[in-house]
Amino acid sequence: MDFSGWRVLREGLRGHTGWAPLWRAATPKKHYDVLIVGGGGHGLATAYYLAKYHGLTNIAVLEKNWVGGGNVGRNTTIIRSNYLLDGNQPFYELSLRLWEGIEQELNFNAMVSQRGVLNLFHSDAQRDAFRRRGNAMRMHGTDAEWLNAKAVRQMAPFLNYDNARFPIHGGLLQRRGGTVRHDAVAWGYARAASALGVDIIERCEVQGFDVTNGQVQAVETSRGRIEADRIGVAVAGYSSEVMRHANVRLPIESHVLQAFVTEGLKPLIPGVITYGAGHFYISQSDKGGLVFGGDLDGYNSYASRGNLPVVEDVCEGGMSIMPMLGRARLLRSWGGVVDMSMDGSPIIDRTQVGGLYFNGGWCYGGFKATPASGWVFAHLLARESSHPTASAYRFDRFAAGAMIDEKGQGSTPNLH
Amino acid sequence: MRIPHPILGLRDQSEFVYLGDACLLERPDGMQADALQKMTEYAYQRDNCRGLHRELWFHEQGDRAWLVVTRNTVTHEIVKVEFANEVASHD
Repeated sequence: MDFSGWRVLREGLRGHTGWAPLWRAATPKKHYDVLIVGGGGHGLATAYYLAKYHGLTNIAVLEKNWVGGGNVGRNTTIIRSNYLLDGNQPFYELSLRLWEGIEQELNFNAMVSQRGVLNLFHSDAQRDAFRRRGNAMRMHGTDAEWLNAKAVRQMAPFLNYDNARFPIHGGLLQRRGGTVRHDAVAWGYARAASALGVDIIERCEVQGFDVTNGQVQAVETSRGRIEADRIGVAVAGYSSEVMRHANVRLPIESHVLQAFVTEGLKPLIPGVITYGAGHFYISQSDKGGLVFGGDLDGYNSYASRGNLPVVEDVCEGGMSIMPMLGRARLLRSWGGVVDMSMDGSPIIDRTQVGGLYFNGGWCYGGFKATPASGWVFAHLLARESSHPTASAYRFDRFAAGAMIDEKGQGSTPNLH
Repeated sequence: MRIPHPILGLRDQSEFVYLGDACLLERPDGMQADALQKMTEYAYQRDNCRGLHRELWFHEQGDRAWLVVTRNTVTHEIVKVEFANEVASHD
């Protein structure tokens, strides 16, 4: 079933009776060539790219709950590629390029909106750091633009320019950054993968791996045993719990990250704005809600909800940079469990178990990586070698001392 | 979340700083033959349990004691709090 303007018109005239479910409800087969554990954005994207570009069709995606119910439905929908380090920037740029073509690729409206991501800076040192990052981005072929305080004021006159402690000196702007309708990403990949023959099996929880002679043979699930030649795990948030079944210990802690949305307001914020002096970022959804967030709660957590001190901290950051936020009523806040890795960067690699591959450690930035994560994980699963843009995301970088630590925090997951 | 401090009673979480898994108290001997492997595991690998988790908290806004807190990572329920120096001297 293709989507098009004509189709919408036709269905409008026929009382919308011709629409069908977006993907097949599959029942598990006995054996698959490739099994993806985790029906979030990354797992579904992996399955789609495997089926579309690597000639594999006997693929299943196992999801313990329902498609779109995990972090792909809990994030703040921001896409950007404004990283500093060589190991990261080409990967996130690949992701942004895939975002730019995703709607045509999937024939699905993911509402990709390149409304710009603006990082504010408030001191001389921060200006230097942001200039360096902007230059690094441009050297990798990414757009980065320098705004002085006047240009920032023109773009966002509602910010707090009179703050004596944290004056706004300017900003680093990536115009190609923006937001995407997060649920539609999961649905779009699920639909497109299903159309290529991928079985999407919901409410099917992996409870164990059958490993014989160092080679993975099958998974034990809540819907029985399923054999597979190769298994890719993409369950960020719960990576340690799933990989524990295969005796793989990870350089990851699970943490909870909270997000917030206000009541719907008229168009107000032009793009995504981040506050450089407190950890706070904000954008406006197409429905009009102001979507914002800040720091992790900071302690290991598998609870998909946070605590009040961080709510207070995030709201203080918001009031500091955008005082009129205090007039908006908060509609909802929620938490999501994320994989915090030891250097703040992801891992996409084979494991010591033959046939078992791992994709995780996305910290709080997995959503923007969805297309590239799927792209390179499909490459790894199909060809058994790392994709060039993800060649730094290996397990052995910790032992080798080749960390990709954007913030320079060291092995303290809660501070990245 | 409030942490029952052994001396000071229930204290708000915001008075504390979190470090991580209490396995950090068991630092491997750097002079052993397998020190590199042990030290790599010590520095980077974590069990990351869902359920009861022993972890280090520092009472920065209070008596500046390091505590070993046993806490459920799903419910936030705290079942045990000990002084880290006492835990370390027992081992």
